[in-house]
Amino acid sequence: MAQAARRIGILRNLSAKFASVPMILTALIVYLGFSLWTILYSFTNSRLLPQTNWVGLAQYERLWSTRRWLISIENLMIYGSSMLVLSLVIGFVLAALLDQKIRFENTYRAILLYPYALSFIVTGLVWQWLLNPDLGVQHFVRGLGFPDFVFDPLSSSDFVLFGVIAAALWHGTGLVMCLMLAGLRGIDEDIWKATRVEGIPQWKTYLFVVIPMMKPVFVTTLVLITSGIIKLYDLVIAQTGGGPGLSSEVPAKYVFDYMFQSQNLAQGFAASTMMLAAVALVIIPWAFLEFGGKKRA
Amino acid sequence: MLRTTCAAFFTTFSLALPVWATDLEVTHWWTSGSEAAAVRVLADKFNATGHNWVDGAIAGAGGVARPLITSRITGGDPMGATQFTHGRAMGELIEAGFMRDFTDLAEREGWRDLIFPSTLLDDCTFEDRIYCVPSNTHSQQWLWLSTEAFATAGVKVPTSWTEFVAAAPTLREHGIVPLATGRQPWQMQLIFNALMISVGGPDVFNRVYGDKDAEFAGGPEVAIVFAAADDARHMIVGSNVQEWNLAAQMLIDGKAAGQIMGDWVQGEFVHAGLTIGTDIVCLAGMGEHQYLTAAGDAFFFPKVNDPSIQEAQEALASIILQPVTQVEFNLAKGSLPVRRDVELHNVTPCMQAGMGILNSGQIVSSANSLLSPDTIAQITDLMVEFFNDTSFPVEQAQEEFAAIVRTAD
Repeated sequence: MAQAARRIGILRNLSAKFASVPMILTALIVYLGFSLWTILYSFTNSRLLPQTNWVGLAQYERLWSTRRWLISIENLMIYGSSMLVLSLVIGFVLAALLDQKIRFENTYRAILLYPYALSFIVTGLVWQWLLNPDLGVQHFVRGLGFPDFVFDPLSSSDFVLFGVIAAALWHGTGLVMCLMLAGLRGIDEDIWKATRVEGIPQWKTYLFVVIPMMKPVFVTTLVLITSGIIKLYDLVIAQTGGGPGLSSEVPAKYVFDYMFQSQNLAQGFAASTMMLAAVALVIIPWAFLEFGGKKRA
Repeated sequence: MLRTTCAAFFTTFSLALPVWATDLEVTHWWTSGSEAAAVRVLADKFNATGHNWVDGAIAGAGGVARPLITSRITGGDPMGATQFTHGRAMGELIEAGFMRDFTDLAEREGWRDLIFPSTLLDDCTFEDRIYCVPSNTHSQQWLWLSTEAFATAGVKVPTSWTEFVAAAPTLREHGIVPLATGRQPWQMQLIFNALMISVGGPDVFNRVYGDKDAEFAGGPEVAIVFAAADDARHMIVGSNVQEWNLAAQMLIDGKAAGQIMGDWVQGEFVHAGLTIGTDIVCLAGMGEHQYLTAAGDAFFFPKVNDPSIQEAQEALASIILQPVTQVEFNLAKGSLPVRRDVELHNVTPCMQAGMGILNSGQIVSSANSLLSPDTIAQITDLMVEFFNDTSFPVEQAQEEFAAIVRTAD
């Protein structure tokens, strides 16, 4: 009797299970299998070709004593924290403004979301031109009659990261805004009526009532933004090339350069393993928040 | 008249060999004006043998092209032939058996006696077998000076690095950037290594990169090199272009006075209508130690099974070394031939000087053949930081340099 029930359990939705086999295989082989392979070979001294000459943690020791890696990590921290805070704040404020039942809401939404349709490469190039002193903002302002105006963030190692952050914000805030707007639309109209009856100011309602109710939206947005931060690569390549000097280097670029340009696979593997660890640090708590705790119905 | 003869010749030729036009894909990163002209010479000579040159130019410098080329070879999709850097970058692929051994052809054609300087063939040799064909030599220890810029500033054109450094403040006063450079990482490395040979001297270079003497790399002799690099990084302030040929353009436009660059740069000056020797003056070894590295470009041939492609590979290999090809190719590219018995007419005074130095045997092995690509990348990273951040302390840079030399291979 119990055996029959189990068999039926396996056979239930057979076609759906069959259809998901390719994705399961992809996940197991491509994601899990190759990740494990990469981690394994990061303990070797593979150069141009992978080989199994085990050197223990030597690659990691070298990684964490390399200035370029440390600079990359520091840059990612600055970029990451700025992106996280700014894109959430700006995205939410824009969403709240759009939520005021304004006219042409669709038009504004399209305009604000539009940059997201561009690739990071195009975004990087556009912003490189905008911030280029001979073509962009500086040239424009000087043309207005301020010949001493200087605005050249991409040539300054102190400001180059802010140039990258500006481009990334322009690119990504629209998506955050849309997610937030969807979250706001999910708030029951009755909540607003109740707070209005109580005479609570609108900003307080947003801050203390609406935002706590939007927790799931915030968690999802957070994960989206964070994964975008860690894999930052193409924007930097297009906009600054990691320069001036090493001042806009990022970990993903370190991985690529060492794996393919300086023919040191294992060093690149060690760096990419550290990036994987960082992603795991973000994903695992999120998985607990999303799937843990709740009993499945 | 000539054209009809040629046409008639080709008609009979192609009639005689109707099915032999094997396609051979050749990858390279020669894309600037003078380089592309040189590639055309090779392609024409190769096509004249009844084969078909399929051009695989890769835009961007070697940094972009090298990973593409190696991953195509390791990934089982080899091209017929490829230009590649001389030296150790290809070593591992040869060891793993991906590349074709050309020892037989080399012995048949007597490359060992033909090729000069002989280090060029040594760099192609792994365990007594020959795996590449050198096509041209370049040297990197050159300082190029624009006479017009010095005339504008009212200073005598320097004859040495020391004089050039002394002239820098005056050039600045006249709004001229003393030293032009592209900001790509390899150019920072080139400047440093050129200064090491020219200002430090060949012994310093060999002891640091050849013997990998870390103690010495942290010592006073190398400190002189770092002091020169410190001067250089202040002289390049204001030169914000990326590509080497755009830096050369700054000299052409009179915005900059000098550039440290390999001898391939003179192709750009000539292309722009300047005369080498009068408009542009060159200082071999920057007017200090007149030693040059003779490392150039070479062609490598991946192993393939198709006999018709193998035959085409051999045809290309011998064409590269033929005297006629050597003359035309190197004149177009602005490089020196790899054999002594060919006479280059109409060469620039700088090429003449370069040949003189090579003939007198003042040759140093290049960093590419002494160091692994990994070590070179570490040095490059350090130089990129050092040259771009003028507040980076010189002593700290030298300490880190010594640390890299300690683990170098």
